[in-house]
Amino acid sequence: MELLSGGEIFVRCLQEEGVELVFGYPGGAVLHIYDALFQQEKVKHILVRHEQGATHMADGYARATGKVGVVLVTSGPGATNAVTGIATANMDSIPMVVFTGQVPTHMIGNDAFQEVDNVGITRPCVKHNFLIKDVRDIAATIKKAFYIASTGRPGPVLVDIPKDITDPKIKIPFEYPKDVALRSYNPVLKGDEGQIKQAVDLILSAKRPMLYTGGGVVLGGASEQLTRFTRMLNYPITNTLMGLGAYPASDRQFVGMLGMHGTYEANMGMHHCDVLIAIGSRFDDRVTGNLAKFCPTAKIVHVDIDPASISKNVKVDVPIVGQVGDVLNAMMQIMEHEGRKPDAAAIDAWWAQIEEWRGLECMKYGWSDETIKPQYVVQKLWEVTGGDAYVTTDVGQHQMWAAQYYPFDKPNRWINSGGLGTMGFGLPAALGVKAAFPDAEVACVTGDGSIQMNIQELSTALQYHLPVKVISLNNRYLGMVRQWQEFFYAGRYAMSYMEALPDFVKLAEAYGHVGMLIDKPADVEGALREAFKLKDRLVFMDFRTEPSENVYPMVPAGAGLNEMILV
Amino acid sequence: MRHIISLLMENEAGALSRVAGLFSARGYNIESLTVAPTNDATLSRMTIVTRGDDQIIEQIIKQLNKLIDVVKVQDIQDAPHIERELMLIKLQATGEQRDEVFRLAEIFRGQILDVTDTSYVVQITGPGARLDAFIDAVGSIPVIEMARTGALGLSRGSCGMSV
Repeated sequence: MELLSGGEIFVRCLQEEGVELVFGYPGGAVLHIYDALFQQEKVKHILVRHEQGATHMADGYARATGKVGVVLVTSGPGATNAVTGIATANMDSIPMVVFTGQVPTHMIGNDAFQEVDNVGITRPCVKHNFLIKDVRDIAATIKKAFYIASTGRPGPVLVDIPKDITDPKIKIPFEYPKDVALRSYNPVLKGDEGQIKQAVDLILSAKRPMLYTGGGVVLGGASEQLTRFTRMLNYPITNTLMGLGAYPASDRQFVGMLGMHGTYEANMGMHHCDVLIAIGSRFDDRVTGNLAKFCPTAKIVHVDIDPASISKNVKVDVPIVGQVGDVLNAMMQIMEHEGRKPDAAAIDAWWAQIEEWRGLECMKYGWSDETIKPQYVVQKLWEVTGGDAYVTTDVGQHQMWAAQYYPFDKPNRWINSGGLGTMGFGLPAALGVKAAFPDAEVACVTGDGSIQMNIQELSTALQYHLPVKVISLNNRYLGMVRQWQEFFYAGRYAMSYMEALPDFVKLAEAYGHVGMLIDKPADVEGALREAFKLKDRLVFMDFRTEPSENVYPMVPAGAGLNEMILV
Repeated sequence: MRHIISLLMENEAGALSRVAGLFSARGYNIESLTVAPTNDATLSRMTIVTRGDDQIIEQIIKQLNKLIDVVKVQDIQDAPHIERELMLIKLQATGEQRDEVFRLAEIFRGQILDVTDTSYVVQITGPGARLDAFIDAVGSIPVIEMARTGALGLSRGSCGMSV
């Protein structure tokens, strides 16, 4: 058996796991590892400008490809800088393995230079974490980390590696474990047959059904099954923010996103439905609004891989724990074999009601010849990219407009921080996607506030030739904060106006990219076409948009889904 | 309602803080928590006494099961069970108090573990309520210090929690 050092074992493990790309930043505690990485070709490394950027890049990479994103950072500040990105991935159940350096084992606990308790600091925001204390444990621990991160309800796993464990002078025999068995971790895959039968009965008995599906369908790769299931039933379907693209948005049965900034038809459909079919969604507060007023007349079926998601916020009538794809297949089989069909007459009447709500056209917005409407920029982005781009966003108004006005027909294309709501996510996430798919169009829709939270990654984009398009909806405000202050704080705009913004065009140019300033509605489409023609260049598009524009419709916090502000 | 939750978990560094962290992060109440190794050296058994309505207890059990290091979780309140706790209590005992403490210890089937001219250390075991009753009975006799283990529990009958 060959003898390898801890650093070499680390690299071999990544190779064995099929890791193509690592996003990271070197430092004292991980120098042995970087030295081992340097001496091989298989695993490529992207050097970021800030560790938070590395975590979001790995996250974007994971969301777009479905593979595990890998991060490597040093001890102390390297690890603490990564925490926001780890928490972001944790909230959205993104498979990620984060390796952090640690001070040598004999110095742990002595307040050594660049020491922080990585396992302790990240415990509440990872799926699991490990501290490796022996070089002989590296291979087995890495195997477990990838297994835990990518199975069941996915999530980030952190592996903390003290420097002495990777010492090049200490060599041991290496063998990568073939499989992994954990007696305390056995995710359920197949749904319970009895529960599935009950669910089918309830689903087919519906007069006013609603399918409400979330990020679990995207993560579970069950978009195809969901589409067949939905068409078989002819029921209306709404997606959560995290679930967009899991069902083709251009389809007639899709009634748009639901929740705080969902469509009128989706939210009214939720409020009035008699059977709610929740699939891979978790009844988040931004979706349910006031729990006391949530779906008052509905019986609820809930399919989820995570038992803890079931009946956490809303008590459900028929819970099914399992992989969404498997459960949907099982339900379709029952319907096909037994030749059972929904109540067509009732469903037609329900559709008539939904079309009436849809007729309100809640997404209409005012037009101006003078100032650019942000919604218009997103619509034109959709046209120019043929609706087929990967779109990442930051957090705020622009995120909601991107979700509302860029309808996705495919899963894994819509990439945003839904759970944690992390400003600064969009640009690094876009770079992670571009690194995975160099030939795909990747757009980062952002705002003047968010983009400045990780703008340093423009430098990484140049070094690794990741020519994404940055679509900045610059309204000189922290727009979502401003909107809440307008609605709920009598227009007292506390600290939400961004003064002294940089000249983004010059800034982009200083980083070696192309900058464009667009301030007239008539120029929007032309500028977008020009930017996307520059295939090899990162283009930073500074759209000066209407500062007072609000995101509508809106369900104010504490209200029911039927109590929307429409304009 | 009060529940006694027993769990088996991997006997690994940090497992205790994962459980304790879960309770504090999610705002669950802990009345007592005890942990020690079992006959299987790879497993620790933890006993947590908590309070909450059915929905909260259901969430606690689900969230505990979700922890990677947790192997088994059981709410032993669901079935007939035995509950025991141990208390060491150091009481001031001079003059007439000496007889009184001695008598009370006997009534509660306690043991006197340490004696000085001015104090006794008494050991009492039983359900938590019995320990509370002893403290009440001691009345005005000054308590110098005391320590309780927190509750332990096992289900009755021949079945048990194992891997």
